[in-house]
Amino acid sequence: MNIFEQISDYLNQGDEDKVAELTDRAIAQEIAAKTILDEGLIAGMEIMGAKFKKHEVFLPEVLLAAKAMHAGMTKLKPLLIREGIPAKGKVVLGTVAGDLHDIGKNLVGIMLKGAGYEVIDIGHDAKPQLFIDTAKKEDARVIGMSALLTTTMPMMRKVVELLKEDNPGGKIKTMVGGAPVSKDYAAEIGADAYGYDGANAVQCVEELIAGG
Amino acid sequence: MKTFLERIKNGDVLVGDGAMGSFLMDMAGDLIKGTSPEVVNLSKPEVLEQVAKMYFDAGADLIQTNTFGGSPLKLADYKMEDKTEEINRAAVQAVRKVTGNKAYISASVGPSGKMLKPLGPVSEVQMFDNFYRQIKVLVEEGVDILCIETMTDIKEAVLALKAARDISKTIPVMSTMTYNPSPRGFFTIMGVNVEKAARELAEFGANLVGSNCGNGIENMVLIAREYKKYSKLPLIIQANAGLPELQDDKPVYPENPEFMAGQAFELIDAGVQVVGGCCGTTPEHIRAFRRTVDNM
Repeated sequence: MNIFEQISDYLNQGDEDKVAELTDRAIAQEIAAKTILDEGLIAGMEIMGAKFKKHEVFLPEVLLAAKAMHAGMTKLKPLLIREGIPAKGKVVLGTVAGDLHDIGKNLVGIMLKGAGYEVIDIGHDAKPQLFIDTAKKEDARVIGMSALLTTTMPMMRKVVELLKEDNPGGKIKTMVGGAPVSKDYAAEIGADAYGYDGANAVQCVEELIAGG
Repeated sequence: MKTFLERIKNGDVLVGDGAMGSFLMDMAGDLIKGTSPEVVNLSKPEVLEQVAKMYFDAGADLIQTNTFGGSPLKLADYKMEDKTEEINRAAVQAVRKVTGNKAYISASVGPSGKMLKPLGPVSEVQMFDNFYRQIKVLVEEGVDILCIETMTDIKEAVLALKAARDISKTIPVMSTMTYNPSPRGFFTIMGVNVEKAARELAEFGANLVGSNCGNGIENMVLIAREYKKYSKLPLIIQANAGLPELQDDKPVYPENPEFMAGQAFELIDAGVQVVGGCCGTTPEHIRAFRRTVDNM
């Protein structure tokens, strides 16, 4: 098993110490940070994402893998910056105002980070203007909104409407998700995408950013 | 009045109540906006009485207290953990005013909203203490039943159950989990299946096991049958009225009282002895359940 497969394996076991140790070892072998990231950490998270999608693993396994990913990323980050690797794009994530449920939102964040995106998490009960201000300040490409309560879903519409008035060139895209949210609802409020689960949310972001 | 457990042992089917949240939104929307729904217990307990009365009049045998988010870890989200005792006490007292001794008071105990280590910040001792503090007040207030509900992590559910049993060996405890359907069967988001829940909840002293919330009552029939494969305990099911759709920014639940009451036959047939509602169910749903049970 090569070092990338080992990193991926331990990441899937949620072993953060081993992932950190192997990432160090790969760096010592003078492998490019970007290669370690893509073929070790991201490849590992992709496997985890696929297993999650097939209901072979659940939230605990994904959270532990994310911790392991983070341990590896901490080692790689300074090198990635030094290598001048352009970031894949930023996503602002939050649970909308009035809603305190953040498990789904966190899961999407983990999956996005796992796919190499930078995630700016504005937490739960996030006011509509905060989504927009943060996205502009951080030069983010996508705003992701989560709601678990039917009563807070209208806040998603609010964000989409606020953004319409203040989004030069339509550069910032919107994505919505959460248990009561549907594809139809996303279309009705004019959101650009609906992510039905963590893995699908990554796909949505990829398409939104590729679509410019 | 016979005790709850005497009736369960006798094979009776009892009717629970329905949703609380929608009424709180209607009657105390301004109060609970951006904070815990449990604030109503202190600032407007008459609302709790009104809701309890609607379900009592609809024929519910069990009335739940508004204490789902009443554990200190959960209340801490709103910096209200200091009020744990008063909040839980007031909720029981409001229901008792309505039920007297004509219906059972079932104390709702929901998830802490925090994860256990290593996934989250909470140790097992802290989690146990969290539920102990809430349940102690509820038992002191003399509730008839504890309903530890909507759990997704079996470890958290068991810690709540252990706290309950530490406080009282005899109080009836109903333990429910919330499952999602998948091609591989029903699992909670934490990956717990019905078999595991049935086994562990029985081992740690639940009197009834089952499920609440979920994805509509038809799935609940399947979940109930699954429980029966692994458990000899009587079952409790509190189904929601399907997954809501928003119409003009108002949630509309697809399953009407007649439909749910029809499915209640199937639930009872599968061994369910407490049948009640969750999100989206109304006094009309409970009235329909009542008719179903009375006509059996």
